[in-house]
Amino acid sequence: MLDGINMVVYPGEKVGLVGETGCGKTTTMKTALNVLPMPPGQIESGQIHFKGQDLLAMNGREISRIRGREVTMIFQDPMAALNPVFTVEEQFSPVIKHAANARLSKKEVRARAIAALEEVALADPERLLKAYPTQLSGGMRQRVCIGMALATTPQLLIADEPGTALDVTIQAQVLRLIHDLVEDLNTSIILITHSLGVVRETVDRVYVMYAGSVVEMAPTPKLFANPLHPYTQGLMESVPRLSGGGVSQGIPGRIPDYMDPPAGCRFHTRCPHVMDICSRQKPPVFRIDGEDGEVDGVHEVTCFLYDGEHGAAATTGEVTT
Amino acid sequence: MNLLIFIGKRIFHAIFVILGLAIVIFAVARIMPGDPVRLAVGSRAPQWVVDNMREQMHLNDPIPVQFGYWLRDAAQGDFGISLVTRRNVAEDVREFFPATLELALFALTISLTGALLLGTIAARHKDKWIDNIIRIFSYLGIVTPSFVFAIIFILIFAFALDWLPAIGRLSNGVEPPPRVTGFYTIDSLLIGDLATFWDAIRHLILPALALAMASMAQEARITRSSMADNLTKDYIASARALGVSEGLIMRRFLLKPSLIPTVSIVGMDFAAGLGNAFLVELIFNWPGLSRYGMNAMLSKDLNAISAVILSFGIVFVLVNLLVDILVARLDPRISLSAGGGS
Repeated sequence: MLDGINMVVYPGEKVGLVGETGCGKTTTMKTALNVLPMPPGQIESGQIHFKGQDLLAMNGREISRIRGREVTMIFQDPMAALNPVFTVEEQFSPVIKHAANARLSKKEVRARAIAALEEVALADPERLLKAYPTQLSGGMRQRVCIGMALATTPQLLIADEPGTALDVTIQAQVLRLIHDLVEDLNTSIILITHSLGVVRETVDRVYVMYAGSVVEMAPTPKLFANPLHPYTQGLMESVPRLSGGGVSQGIPGRIPDYMDPPAGCRFHTRCPHVMDICSRQKPPVFRIDGEDGEVDGVHEVTCFLYDGEHGAAATTGEVTT
Repeated sequence: MNLLIFIGKRIFHAIFVILGLAIVIFAVARIMPGDPVRLAVGSRAPQWVVDNMREQMHLNDPIPVQFGYWLRDAAQGDFGISLVTRRNVAEDVREFFPATLELALFALTISLTGALLLGTIAARHKDKWIDNIIRIFSYLGIVTPSFVFAIIFILIFAFALDWLPAIGRLSNGVEPPPRVTGFYTIDSLLIGDLATFWDAIRHLILPALALAMASMAQEARITRSSMADNLTKDYIASARALGVSEGLIMRRFLLKPSLIPTVSIVGMDFAAGLGNAFLVELIFNWPGLSRYGMNAMLSKDLNAISAVILSFGIVFVLVNLLVDILVARLDPRISLSAGGGS
């Protein structure tokens, strides 16, 4: 169950969504695009606005004007994201036809597909179009997926852990590739990742997610300089450092299933600063820094430690552990 | 190219399967208790007749040589004469087999169409009331023997409602069309006789439906689960995210991968259908080879049994060959790995 997720992405901005594996990052983004399989998925309440229009209120025809033209998504596992029983061309063509929103000749569609594959640095695109996904390596598949997504020239690209299914060198290449292509097109991007390193290098602003809820949001430099939420702090400490200290312990306890989260603050079962109120009441969002409408200054946290009355307790050291 | 290699390999395999089947049939025919010569000439025939017959049937030769003779004759369609009716077995097979094949293929068409329809509806409305109804129907279809359906259908559609005929391939007084394929539907169309064609179709519906129920239920279940499973796959979500229209996703990107498990079991279902056809043919008084074969078995008519088993065996192998090719066409992973391996 996802709850308390309030995300905004501005034009041309690069936003990161970070959290442990299984905390609902991918589900959030699939829901945002309304591509989550339903059933079993279900949206109880909420709104998803793109340029002022509510995606959830749209019918299939309306939403298809946005998906694949203005917004699209690159999925985490390129093997699963490509249909195994169709050639690359068979999967590419409808995407290009849809994105073009105009009648294209077969030749023109093909030419655009080839151009898109060259764009993602794939050799011999002619032959590649005739290949089935099983005939491609993991890196090639990931590039094909990126090529397809970028061939739609979206204004917002959601990239779900691009390259994590691949080895590290290729992962870096893939990230660079997305980064460069996005710079060229001035596309906004939501980068889903569990890696703080990737976040630090690539995005302007970060949302930290825990068990299906956003717990903290800040511009990247502020988040790394001054992480506020105990979970974010724990996450930062869990990163192994090169200089001294060895491998850290990580956060004690296990991430709860977001399908059946604990009451109150979802992190209270593992929080080192847990208070009475945390298990009873869901914490609201506290604005720590920045003004309304300010794009890159706002720092928000969803934790009672930063509430006026309870927060005071935190600073005077009366924290129950 | 890969597909051609795959098909070539499969045909090669099929030849060996049929040869193996021939050996088994021959062996069983020889192991069966009772002297085939005595069975043929009767118990009161004098010994010299028996000896002559024995020589004539090559029964004094070594077994492998006997098999050679048997195989040579069988390949030419010569299975000898029926030990019971004294008719030429090959002619009997030629007469009765098309009736069974027409019935079985018609049943196959019904079951596959129905299964895809029901399976798709159930998958799209998974866990809703319509899905539950289809699932209950599927279970009923699987556990109910085809002869029960046959009797129920006759009672409802032939006797109570009088919509459809209950017995035979054609109504009384309707002349069978000149024989080309032996399928009354096709043969009547070939001479443009629509009245006979319609009559043949009407006679086909009830027995084919009774025969189709079990496989339709089974195939609908498999279609439902593979479709429902594939609907949650990332490649469907990805296609949606990339703006591919819902209609195209359903018709192409969901249907093709979901068809693979369904088509794969069609061959098996077809074989089961040929077996079940015996009771259905009996009930609908359908002059088919299943009924003929069962009668042959009951009267220990070895030549006829051999011919029936081999005929069914060859059709079964051919249908499975066709299914394999179809599955390989649907799923490139199969033909690709076959081509790479050689």
